[in-house]
Amino acid sequence: MTITLNDLVRVLTECAGADEDVALTAQKLDVPFTDLGYDSLALLETAALMKQRFGATLTDEDVTEIETPREFLDRVNHAAAQAA
Amino acid sequence: MNRSVAITGIGVVAPGGVGKKAFWDLLVSGRTATRTISFFDPSRFRSQVAAEVDFDPRRSGLSPREIRRLDRAAQFAVASARECMADSGLEFVQLDPHRTGVSVGSAVGGTTGLEREYLVLSDSGRLWEVDSDYVSPHLFDAFVPSSLAAEVAWTVGAEGPATVVSTGCTSGLDSVGYARDLIAEGTVDVMIAGAADTPISPIAVACFDAIKATTPRNDDPEHASRPFDRTRNGFVLAEGAAMFVLEELEHARARGAHVYGVIGGYATRCNAYHMTGLRPDGHEMAEAIRHSLDQARLDPSLVDYVNAHGSGTKQNDRHETAAFKETLGQHAYEVPISSIKSMVGHSLGAIGSIEIAACALAMENGVVPPTANLHEADPECDLDYVPNEAREHGVDAVLSVGSGFGGFQSAMVLTREETAR
Amino acid sequence: MTLATSAAQETPERTERPTAVITGIGVAAPNGLGTEQWWQATLSGASGIGPVVDYDASRYPSRLVGRIAGFDAAEHIPGRLLPQTDRVTRLALVAGAEALSDADADPAELAGQDGYGEYGCGVVTSNATGGFEFTHREIRKLWTQGPQQVSVYESFAWFYAVNTGQLSIRHKLRGPSGVLVSEQAGGLDAIGQSRRTLRQGVKLSLTGGMDSSLDPWGLVSHLASGRLSRSDDPATAYLPFDTRAAGQVPGEGGAMLVLEEETAARARGARVYGEIAGYAATFSPRPGSGRPPGLERAARLALADSGLPVEAVDVVFADAAGLPVADDEEAAALRSLFGPYGVPVTAPKTLTGRLYGGGAPLDVAAALLALRDGVIPPTAGIDRPVPEHRLDLVRGAPRDAPLRTALVLARGHGGFNAAVVVRSARAA
Repeated sequence: MTITLNDLVRVLTECAGADEDVALTAQKLDVPFTDLGYDSLALLETAALMKQRFGATLTDEDVTEIETPREFLDRVNHAAAQAA
Repeated sequence: MNRSVAITGIGVVAPGGVGKKAFWDLLVSGRTATRTISFFDPSRFRSQVAAEVDFDPRRSGLSPREIRRLDRAAQFAVASARECMADSGLEFVQLDPHRTGVSVGSAVGGTTGLEREYLVLSDSGRLWEVDSDYVSPHLFDAFVPSSLAAEVAWTVGAEGPATVVSTGCTSGLDSVGYARDLIAEGTVDVMIAGAADTPISPIAVACFDAIKATTPRNDDPEHASRPFDRTRNGFVLAEGAAMFVLEELEHARARGAHVYGVIGGYATRCNAYHMTGLRPDGHEMAEAIRHSLDQARLDPSLVDYVNAHGSGTKQNDRHETAAFKETLGQHAYEVPISSIKSMVGHSLGAIGSIEIAACALAMENGVVPPTANLHEADPECDLDYVPNEAREHGVDAVLSVGSGFGGFQSAMVLTREETAR
Repeated sequence: MTLATSAAQETPERTERPTAVITGIGVAAPNGLGTEQWWQATLSGASGIGPVVDYDASRYPSRLVGRIAGFDAAEHIPGRLLPQTDRVTRLALVAGAEALSDADADPAELAGQDGYGEYGCGVVTSNATGGFEFTHREIRKLWTQGPQQVSVYESFAWFYAVNTGQLSIRHKLRGPSGVLVSEQAGGLDAIGQSRRTLRQGVKLSLTGGMDSSLDPWGLVSHLASGRLSRSDDPATAYLPFDTRAAGQVPGEGGAMLVLEEETAARARGARVYGEIAGYAATFSPRPGSGRPPGLERAARLALADSGLPVEAVDVVFADAAGLPVADDEEAAALRSLFGPYGVPVTAPKTLTGRLYGGGAPLDVAAALLALRDGVIPPTAGIDRPVPEHRLDLVRGAPRDAPLRTALVLARGHGGFNAAVVVRSARAA
């Protein structure tokens, strides 16, 4: 099972709220999270929920290094594949 | 601001040994008081290290009733208040109750007691609608942290203003700063001021785990708190308390009190940036430092020792290093700077007061406590952090800083009595 | 600044110091969200006290609360702030924004202007119980699902400094700021500290207090005080100064106020509600010590601080504990200050319950609007005042009166006392 952008958007919104001005769409896969208004806490919370929902564990280094939604999806899917 | 404010008594409950003397002995030895958490089974937690106090309330002079009634934080506050009163030579009857106030800093107040009561009321979390049949009469005092100030006021017989200052991890500095202001403006002549926090409980450990602020160095607990070291990876949670007798300087002189030093300056600012994040430039902390030095009429080059916040998180240590460089200029590279959190951990709201105690004792003894566990400095932290060994060094003026969640940045300057206006 | 050097003098020399005026009010109260809604409810006697409706409280010995019904945070604050805030912080953000808007002040803009500097605006609040419901959910997760389930936001959504921190960030308040906890007296201490920061050079300080802890664990913690009314009748559960007084009702909410240095406020053309003319706090000795309680002394010190005589006080907003012994003590203090029936006394908090850190700032807001409108809001429900109190209680209906000066009293469990003197604005 692949974790999709929709999955990410759903979890992000739950963890860090929504903001219509900077909605995360497929066109913004390479826009840094900080520019989308998501800070390091939002990513930590999102990573924790991803682990609960999808069993995909991101390392501390992953969470520190991830800058964009595309990187997040790459790493979390890689982790999910390893866990499977 | 007008009247000068002296520190004439010190009481400390810190990891590594209870009382002012044991505290100072630990700091000078460079030993650390961090260890694997023993208060509960920490095996499910990311960070399993803490600086715990081996506190025997009976040996610290608490009565059976006080032991029953008081939450651990209040026990620490009362024990250290009694020690500072005795240290200052103040007999209770000499104090004018109306001209004596109390301020106690605490970030999380009665957390430990609250969590313990929660487990009973909720049947270990099973019940959302907790069971009121099991309510303890002492629950309310853990629920509302101002009970800390009430207990200290009762202990010392104070009837002036009393309050708890709760600005997170700068509470211990801000509480003493608040007390300084009340004396300086003439509202009171004496304040029993300081801070107490006892956060080593599962909920506090879990919430710092979640943001990865505490260290996961569980296999080496004695060396887990590593401020300014390249390998640092978070702070070590701790508990403790320190209380002071603060006195209007003439009031202290009139009774021939020993004066450790005077509070030359104090300021606090907010970064208005992020609840937990810091901007790397340390600008707001620098502003607080500048104001404290200005109030003390102290040229930055005359600071003899800097007691750093030095929590051992990546962002903090760089943040304050930048603030020191901005305010002290070239002198930042020459003045000894150290973090006692390397030895006694980070007791949240209490540590600011415990660090002021360290500063006053550094002035008293002409010794600067070290930063333990500092073997290879972060290249971005390129100042003299007094690694591992205490240093004999005359201290006439000291700067202490704090930084906390919510964006609070505070600074305090202690100077010699002779320099007071 | 001049020096006052004598340690023995009872009252410090009144040195040149800036006048602290209030230019904005924001309210979140059980009987009204928003200043004008709450004020109309207060004058018309509409109560916000009612039974717990969010969960089954039937097994608890006390079941009445002052709850802000229908509060939908999403209508008022950005979505990004919702996951990281407890109800109490949402209420503080809503009231803080209303106060600043009422004052027509944007601190982010003011900070760039002459005389303000980067650090010319700050925030000082009181809070007694933290982000309690948020913590209840997280601590339950910890103990039923494990530490990994605890939210990253728990680290700051709970602690008592959260409202000050979030308000600071939201409105770019970077000057001297703080958080004081003195149970139900802390809201006045926050206002006093806010005024102190003006003397230290701050031009605008957002201040006040907010509390909310009415979830089951919160309510049971309130119960532990042993001071809650066990009545099920919202109209008579909390009856201070009444022969039937038998306890308190806990509520949620509070008020935020914009305090400004008068010259700066006038310079930007701000409308001024009134002045915080005096403030003082004391602590009562342990019961049984034989020494008198400290409420009267707090009132006298606050009046001395204001430079006004006792006779200048036109109305008192009482602490109004609703507990017979504490009511007797307050009535005795008021008689000693003003003489029997010497001044109108009121307690509009009978319509909200007691709001902990938020209660006294809400009384200051009521005092300011009473001065503005020349009307004293009534104390609700009091049919049988204790005759020995000999108080001129304003009850039943509002009382029209020319008002210049109000005294607001507050007490906190353990012995905290505080008093604020509110004075109507001088003509510009």
